Amino acid sequence: MNEKPDKLIDKKGIRLDGRKADELRQVKLQVGVLPNADGSAYVEHGKNKILAAAFGPREMHPKHLAQADRMVLRCRYHMAPFSVPERKSPAPSRREVELSKVIRESLEPALFLELYPRTGVDLFIEVLQADGGTRCASITAAALAIADAGVPMRDLVVACAAGKVEDTVVLDLYDAEDKLGVADVPVAYMPSLNAVTLLQMDGILTPDEFQKAVEMAMVGCKKIYEMQKEALKTKYMVVKEVEE
Amino acid sequence: MSTLVTRVRLKQITQLIEKGKRLDERGLLDYRDIKIEQGLIEKAEGSAKVLLGKTEILVGVKVETGEPFPDTPNEGVQTVNAELVPLAHPNFEPGPPDENSIELARIVDRGIRESHAIDTEKLCIEPGKKVFVVFIDVYVLNYDGNLIDASALAAMAALLNTKMPNYEIKDGELKMKQGYTPLPMKSHPITVTIGKIGNTLIVDPILEEEQVMEARITMAINEQGNICAIQKGGSGFFTPQQILEASKIAQQKAEEMRKKLDW
Repeated sequence: MNEKPDKLIDKKGIRLDGRKADELRQVKLQVGVLPNADGSAYVEHGKNKILAAAFGPREMHPKHLAQADRMVLRCRYHMAPFSVPERKSPAPSRREVELSKVIRESLEPALFLELYPRTGVDLFIEVLQADGGTRCASITAAALAIADAGVPMRDLVVACAAGKVEDTVVLDLYDAEDKLGVADVPVAYMPSLNAVTLLQMDGILTPDEFQKAVEMAMVGCKKIYEMQKEALKTKYMVVKEVEE
Repeated sequence: MSTLVTRVRLKQITQLIEKGKRLDERGLLDYRDIKIEQGLIEKAEGSAKVLLGKTEILVGVKVETGEPFPDTPNEGVQTVNAELVPLAHPNFEPGPPDENSIELARIVDRGIRESHAIDTEKLCIEPGKKVFVVFIDVYVLNYDGNLIDASALAAMAALLNTKMPNYEIKDGELKMKQGYTPLPMKSHPITVTIGKIGNTLIVDPILEEEQVMEARITMAINEQGNICAIQKGGSGFFTPQQILEASKIAQQKAEEMRKKLDW
């Protein structure tokens, strides 16, 4: 992004990338994309391209990190050096450390940690290309990878952001809107349990706008949730066709 | 940041909270006593110590000159760092910052940054080349729960106590002059963290309560009662209704504290 556009939303309420205020970007989900992982998923959310892989439940390494009464979920969110306009150093930044933590905490409520004592699940998320909203797309992919690994879950976790651009509350901000907009509210949600597992915000919103943004994000989440379920089924439908 | 608490104790805490009571006999939505002391580190440009019950936070602010970020050439730079100093708790270990201290620093940073608390445009010396950099260092001296609110409060108190060196530019060179001016501030955000134990929401948990807390949600509130930053933490969840309730609690608590502090 080299130049600041004058307006992010035109008079008709159409955003710079041609979407309406409550419109999601194109989302493409694929499950079982990495042969060596126990579970994996690939997500394209607009221009975001993200891979997630889950390993486990397996023995913890190093052993002293194992917990006697529950499974340990470890999560690494990492951005490829070429994923952003200016090369990002491959060393984990403070932002990546924080995101790894909040992504892990957004997924833990979905898992039956207490049923797998002394084990660990390792979750690796690689952002291959970033265009705003990578933490949400990462959660969507990570939940699919865990499900694909066959780890029982209370529900899939799905994430989507809403925010405020100029005077309008909008769904699913992309990079330019995230940087130049007023506020960004990423939400992770388990639709069947009506449970919000991640909520962050930066920018300034009135209480009413905040409520509207959270509600809008949850509607977005529910749409992606349907695609998630479809993606999981699709993996097995392909196998069936071969058998016939 | 888990510590050893007996199961009996954890059960006792949960049962008390269900009945609307707490170990230290506070109400569910009461803060512990807050003591703020400003300017106790003379060598720092600003400093403050906050005692929230037994939780003790010292914040030092250093103001130095440096380069602005390329995307904001006319603005000064704000950085927050947090140290869980090993003398504060047996579980704090020396070494590079772990995810807990990084998260703490980033929550404090977000509250100050997103509310535009520091008037960063007034920290510009020469656009694109030289600006003031405000280093906010959070030092946890004693840990008894709710590090986030105590740290955010101490950081704001230290910023309000910060003096900037006077300067002039002579023949293109920066020269420091005698005397100081207060750091230009635009807003005074107040940060409130709400914890969830069972289905009950509480504020200002002590360390033992944090061990049974499933999740927390932190909100920074500005003078207009608007929300400027949020962070959910912990491995539990909130229902959408609980989030709305939490935002109401945060606004009410922030307003009460603002009156008390006269910010």
